[in-house]
This record gives sequence, structure tokens and C-alpha cells, in this order.
Amino acid sequence: MIFGLPVLSVVIWLPIIFGILVLATGNDRNAQLARVVALIGALLSFAVAIPLYTGFDRTTSVMQFDELRPWITRFNIHYHLGVDGISVLFVLLNSFFTPLVIIASWKVIEKRVAQYMAAFLIMSGLVNGVFASLDAVLFYVFWEAMLIPMFIIIGMWGGPNRVYAAVKFFLYTLMGSLLMLVALLYLYLQSGGSFEILDYHQMAIPMTAQILVFIAFFMAFSVKVPMFPVHTWLPDAHVEAPTGGSVILKVGAYGFIRFSMPIAPDASHKLAGVMIALSLIAVVYIGLVALTQTDMKKLVAYSSISHMGFVTLGFFIFNTYGVEGALMQMISHGFISGALFLCIGVLYDRVHSRNIADYGGVANTMPVFAAFFMLFAMANSGLPGTSGFVGEFMVIMGAVKANFWYAFLAASTLVFGAAYTLWMYKRVIFGAVANHHVAELTDITAREKLVFAILALTVLGMGLYPLPFVEIMHVSVSDLLVHLARSKL
Amino acid sequence: MNFFSTLLPAYAEIFLLVMVSAILIVDLFVTDPNKTATYLLVQLALLGCSLITVSTHQSGVEHLFHNMFVDDLMSDVLKLLSYLAVSMMLVYSRSYMLARGLFTGEFMALTLFSLLGMMVMISASNFITLYMGLELLSLSLYAMVALQRDSATATEAAMKYFILGALASGLLLYGMSMLYGATGTLDVNAVSDAIRHGVPNKQLLTFGLVFVVAGLAFKLGAVPFHMWVPDVYHGAPTAMTMLIGTAPKLAAFAFAMRILVEALQPLMVHWSGMLVILAVLSMALGNISAIAQTNLKRMLAYSSIAHMGFMLLGVLSGDIDGYSAAMFYTVVYVLMSLGGFGMIMLLSREGFEADKLDDFKGLNQRSPWLAFIMLLLMFSMAGVPPTVGFYAKFAVLSAAVNTGHIPLVVMAVLFSLIGAFYYLRIVKLMYFDAPESHVPISVPPDSSILISFNGLAVLLLGILPGNLMSVCAVSVQQSLLLH
Repeated sequence: MIFGLPVLSVVIWLPIIFGILVLATGNDRNAQLARVVALIGALLSFAVAIPLYTGFDRTTSVMQFDELRPWITRFNIHYHLGVDGISVLFVLLNSFFTPLVIIASWKVIEKRVAQYMAAFLIMSGLVNGVFASLDAVLFYVFWEAMLIPMFIIIGMWGGPNRVYAAVKFFLYTLMGSLLMLVALLYLYLQSGGSFEILDYHQMAIPMTAQILVFIAFFMAFSVKVPMFPVHTWLPDAHVEAPTGGSVILKVGAYGFIRFSMPIAPDASHKLAGVMIALSLIAVVYIGLVALTQTDMKKLVAYSSISHMGFVTLGFFIFNTYGVEGALMQMISHGFISGALFLCIGVLYDRVHSRNIADYGGVANTMPVFAAFFMLFAMANSGLPGTSGFVGEFMVIMGAVKANFWYAFLAASTLVFGAAYTLWMYKRVIFGAVANHHVAELTDITAREKLVFAILALTVLGMGLYPLPFVEIMHVSVSDLLVHLARSKL
Repeated sequence: MNFFSTLLPAYAEIFLLVMVSAILIVDLFVTDPNKTATYLLVQLALLGCSLITVSTHQSGVEHLFHNMFVDDLMSDVLKLLSYLAVSMMLVYSRSYMLARGLFTGEFMALTLFSLLGMMVMISASNFITLYMGLELLSLSLYAMVALQRDSATATEAAMKYFILGALASGLLLYGMSMLYGATGTLDVNAVSDAIRHGVPNKQLLTFGLVFVVAGLAFKLGAVPFHMWVPDVYHGAPTAMTMLIGTAPKLAAFAFAMRILVEALQPLMVHWSGMLVILAVLSMALGNISAIAQTNLKRMLAYSSIAHMGFMLLGVLSGDIDGYSAAMFYTVVYVLMSLGGFGMIMLLSREGFEADKLDDFKGLNQRSPWLAFIMLLLMFSMAGVPPTVGFYAKFAVLSAAVNTGHIPLVVMAVLFSLIGAFYYLRIVKLMYFDAPESHVPISVPPDSSILISFNGLAVLLLGILPGNLMSVCAVSVQQSLLLH
């Protein structure tokens, strides 16, 4: 409880209310005010999320901070919130990220500042809602509503090809979501009129239906993860999105954990082969694609898809190492890819080019930046001691238990990841000063240093001491695995 | 019992008729070119009607004039919503029509006559009453579309509307006569009883049904009877388009309920099959053709075809959940299209129609608030939460899944994905493009307050849709169970 209000509701609605306040600051004459209000809102939203960490009971997998109110009685829909050891991490991560994004876009966004900041805060609240919903319709509403601010963010503040990217992003995700809606309606009918996600977990469903439900969910979540072959919106969206917008969380993978696997465990086992194959294609093939990119943002976007392959691989080998490693990978990759996008943003704001070929010798003019960039690049290639290592290592360990060849192919990312990241790093940062743009670069400002320092500490901290994260999720993950092992036919 | 008190259920209709006649006379003496007095009188008449409808409401179903006329909860709710829609339409269109010299007494009187037609349709419990209401509505609308005599497109639209509308009425009447031949009665409930007890000539009955469904599809604008919709929506002055595109849909829903559900429920297997075809074709053609439009009114016309197809999905589910979902859908659609057409009129000026898609370019830079309202309306039409349009689709889809129409639901969902594209394009034009003109937007205070209310209603009903849903459910339930 915060001032008598339930924590989860505050965590969801506070950023949204602040978003509306920011909108009310009006046009660009008050840009500074909009930024300050947005930052206060983001910091407060993070502050109110802290009780979720401190008050969380790590010994149980039941939903905590439970809130249950009737919402649409006609369809038995409830405003039902709650978090377990898995979702609480994502709520915290998202709340932690929002202030960083606001600070990072402090000076970068110059036109329509209030609308940008508002869109971001509202989206942050909605993402929290996605993770905290225990009612399927509530989940769906947050899930879809999230698209609106994201669409606006990409389309208004993005790069030259932003409109194409925004529309593609929206339609791709909407297609998946609509099929998920059909699946939810089917489950509602089968469960005798319930939209409780936890009821669906316990409900027996015949095999054919499970497979259809699994496929419908797959359409929705695989687009958002994104998985091969529905990943093509991501490079467009991330490349065109403003720097802050690139930092969006990959909410899709969470859907697999909360919906697909527990609701259709038998179908999950049956289709695990397909999922693993798609994941490994993402890891290997997209890794190779990343190697050939000439645009830095595109490279990081492809690297993201390749890393997300690890996440889905970890889920579908059904063992503790795999699932926990996958979750670690999701969190860690959120930080690392965010940090890399911010690094590229720093260069882009100064030179207005994302082409690797336009750079060279940046270390000479921006030594501090080069050091931070180095750390994040290393983390992206999975260097031990950084957070990138923990998740990948755990997933590979889990994969070895399942099948040697899965592990073999997955481990290839350690080579490819290092190759594309470090090769890009070398071309951009080292060597002689390439041109007068690079010669005129100024090193990062105090504001940028602050953001990078926080991210660097997190990446290192999580890499050296991952226990607090694992500890929170452990009970929930083991119970999930027990649940998955039981047939629901 | 006193004669007048037996008329209680029809007081609202009688009051409105008296008021229209009074308004026609009063208007002759109003010299003010702005017609303020007439306008206020019209709004007063609408307010009076709502008060009468609320105060004469009785629980249960009342029949009147030898079962020609029925008053139940559904008719009261639909009537109240029709008053609201007509009243909103008048507020939106006042300055638009004034600027074009069309804000005349005839315009307002015809509006009220069409409303009277809708009310009669909504309360009809006999085929003749139904037909009378429909004709009163249609004839008023034909005349209204033609009101702008110096506009070639408006005249053409009126002509098309009249000819096709007359054809549809003919079909309908023909169908009704066949049903009469087969069952020997025109009374809605008696027809249903007669069919239940067995009709000697099944063939005649089925033929009659086909004609009736065709007539209904014409009025709803469902494919393949949709030809008039784009031309009339496009050609008519926007205020008339708004009137045609909003409140009559409520009456058409009542029409569908009275004739298909109350009278022909025993033939559900037959008509629901026909509606499947209408629904699928409407969603397909409406959504796909809308993509190609450059004129917003025309786009909204195709969008209305698609929406009606979606609404039919609820009706063809053939159970109370389906009907109440269809009613909810219709109400929500009326609310959204009031906002959509209202926005066009708001942005129009003297000698300038803001009905091209390009006129919406960069609206966010010219007026962020109006752009935001339009964004809400467009996302609502596309069915994206947290706007109310989502719950309308949700309710209909849920009813259709319940009755086992899963392939149809998947199709509906895919067509609404196509639909999302063109609504999204409006948002794109408003937010991502640079404005083409920098003429400051001046909106009259009354319609600007109303459009804000309209847009926020779409959002607030989206956050708390429960009550409106229950109202629809209860009213459909009551009027069906008590019959």
C-alpha cells in the first residue's frame, strides 16, 4: 500500500497521470517544464515500484500484491492485478528504465517535447499493466493500448523512413494480437465464462484445441519477441525510432511464459521442436545477418533478434537452467541493447549518421565514451563478468542437458556475437580519425555520463552478482516447470 | 379508462408531431436569418421528447393501437439515443449549414420528421407500422439530401438515394406481402406464432424472407445492396451525411430486431445463413474499398458498410448475447460516426469542405486537441483498446464464438486488420505529415465542446464500458422474453 493505494495500481497509473500532466504543459515554449515534470514523474514511478522489491515474498509462487475488482460484470471481466517472481522483475526493470530514457532524450528531442515525454510515460504505465494483469481482457487492453504511444513515438520522432516503420510495426503487431483475442474468446467459452489467466492455467484442453490456441498466442507473441520469421518489423522500427524509443522492452517473451506455455503445455511440448528450430535459426542466421550490416542501429537491432533467440530457446527446453537463463537474458539484454542504442544515439546526435563507414578513430576525440561503449560491446558479446554472460551461459547449460547440438548451435553466438559487435566497435572507435566530423566530436556530457554510468553499474553488477535476480524468480520458475510437466489433456 | 391515458406509450411520438407542426408555423414568423428561435425550439422539442420517454417508461411491454405499436425497454433506450444523436447532429451542423445558407426551417422540420419516422420504426410491432416509419424516415432523408439545390453532386446523390431507396422499399413491401400470404397476418407476434404452428406454403415464406432481408440489407447498406452508400455519403452536404450515417442505424437495428428476431425467429436457420453472406461481403468490400479512397466522407461510407457487416455478425449469432452485442455495436458506431462527421464539419469553413484526407495533414500542429480527439475516434473505429470501439468488436466476436462461428470470427478479425490500415492513415496524416494550409482553425464553442465530449466519451466508455453493455443486454433481454 502506498498512501492507502494498492502498489500495482499506483505503479501503472502514476506514469499515465504524469503523462497527461506533461501533455497539459502545452507546446514547445514550455519544453523545459515538460522535461522536468516528465523526469519527476518517471522518478516517482520508479520510487513507488521499490516496495515491489522490498515487500516481495521470495518463498512462494502465488501472485502477490493481488488486487481484484469487478470491471465489466456482463462478461465477468475483472480488474485483477498481481505479480509473481517472474513478472515482478519486468515491472521493476521497466520502471527503472523510464527515467533513464527521459534523461537520455533530454536534449535529443527538440520538437513537441511534451508529446514525446507524455507518450513515453503513458507507454511505461501501460507496459507495467501488461506485466501485472491477471485478467486476460485487462492484459489485452494494456497490450494493445501500448501500440498507440509507440506508433506515435516512431512515426513522429523517428528517422527518415519513420512512417513506413511505424505503420509496419502497428499492423504486424495488431495482426498477432487479433488472433490472440480469438483464442482468448475461445478459452472464455471453454472455461465456462472466466477471463482469469490463472483459471486457464488449470483448465483441461484437448490436444487440437491446445495446438490452435498455442498457434494463436504464437502469432501474437512471436511478433513482439520478435522471432524468426516475423522479425522483419524490428530492424525498421528500431532503426527509425528515436533513441529512446529503441529501448522498448521485448514484452513478447513474457507472453510465452504467462500464456502459451502454462495454458497449452501439451502443445508446447509437441511444438517445442519447431520453437527450438526457429530460435536456433534466429541465433545463427540472424547473427550472420548482423555481421553484414553497415548501419550501426540495424546491427544492434539484428543482434537483439539473435539474442532473443536465446530467450525462446531457453523457454522451450523446459529445464530450470534454460528458463531462468532465458529470463536473465531478457533482463540483461534489455539493459545492454538499450545501452548500445544510447551509444549509437550519442554518435548520431553529433554526426547525424548511423553508417559505420562514416566513423573511425572516435576513441581519439571521445575517450570516455569509447570506454563505456567498450563495456557495453563486450557485454553484448557475452564476456564473463558482464550480465550478457550469465543468461547465455545458463541457457547453453540448459541446452546441453536437452541436446548437445542445440547447445552447440546456440554457443555459436559467442563467436558471431563477438564478431559483429567487436568488429563494429573496431571500425567505429579505433584507427585514425576518419574525417572532419569525427575530429570535431566532443566527449559525452555529464548528463550522458550519468545514464551510461548507471547502465554500466547495472550490467557489471548483474554479471558479477546475479543472485538477487535469480532468487526472486526461482520459486516461480520451478513451479512453472512442475506445472508444465503435467499433462492437461 | 380515459382515452388519453391509453395513448401513454405513444406520447413522445404525438408530442414530436405536434412540435414539428408548430415549428413549421413558427418558423414562418422567424425573421432572424440565423433561425436561432427555431433552432432552440427544435432542441427543446428533443429535450421534451426525452423527458416524456423517460417519464412514460413502464417496465414490461405495452401494446397499443391493436398491436400496431409497441413500447418496451429496448424501444425507449433506442429512442433516447436517437434523440441524443439528432440533437448532437444539429449542434454540429448549425454553423456549417449557416455558412452554406441551408440552416432553414425546412431542414430542421425534415430532421424532426425523419426522427419521427425512426421512432415509429423502433416501436413498430406490425409490418405496416414498420413500413410507415421507414417511409417517413426515408422520404424526409431524400428531401434533405436534395436541399442544396445548386449543388450538382447533392442533387445526383438525392436522385440515386431516392431511386435505390424506392426500389428497396418495393422489395421490402413485396416480401411483406408474401409473408402475409403465407401466414395470413401482418402482426409481428402473430407471424411468429403462425410459423411455429406450421405454414402450408413454406416456399412462399422463404421467398418472402429473402425479399425482406434484401430490403433490410438495403437500408443498412450491406453488400451487395450497398451501391447507394458511398455516393450519398459523399454527395450530400456533410450535415445530411451525418444524419443518414448515425441515428437511422439505430432504427435499422430495431427494424432487424422486430422483423427478423421477433417475427421470423422460427426461420433463423434461413436468415442467419443469408446474413453470413451479407456480413462477410460487407466486411470484405467495405474494408478493402475504403483503402483506396481519398475523400474522408467516402472512406467513412465504406467504413460504415464494413461496420454494418460486423454488426450483422452479432445478429446472425441468433441468441440474446448476439443481439445485445449488435445493439451495443450500433450504439458505439453511432457515437463514433457522430464524432467523425462532426470533425469534418468543424474543420470546414465557408466555401471550404474539409472532407479530403489531405485536409487532415498536420492537424496535430494546427490544433493538438482536435487531432487527439480524432485519434481517439479513429482508433475506436479500428477497434483498438482502450477505446470503446474495441469492446463493441469484443462483444460481437464473443457472441459469435459462443455460437460456434469461429471461422467467421477469424475472417472478421482479419478484415478488421485491413480496416485498421486506413484509420491508421488518418492518424499518420494528422501526426506525421506537415500541414498543407496554415489557416487558423476557428471552431464555434458549442460544437468544440461537443466534439471534446464526444471524443472523451469514446475513451471513457472504453475504460468503463460495463454500464452501457448492461443497458443493451437488459433491454434486448426484456423485450424478447416478455413477448
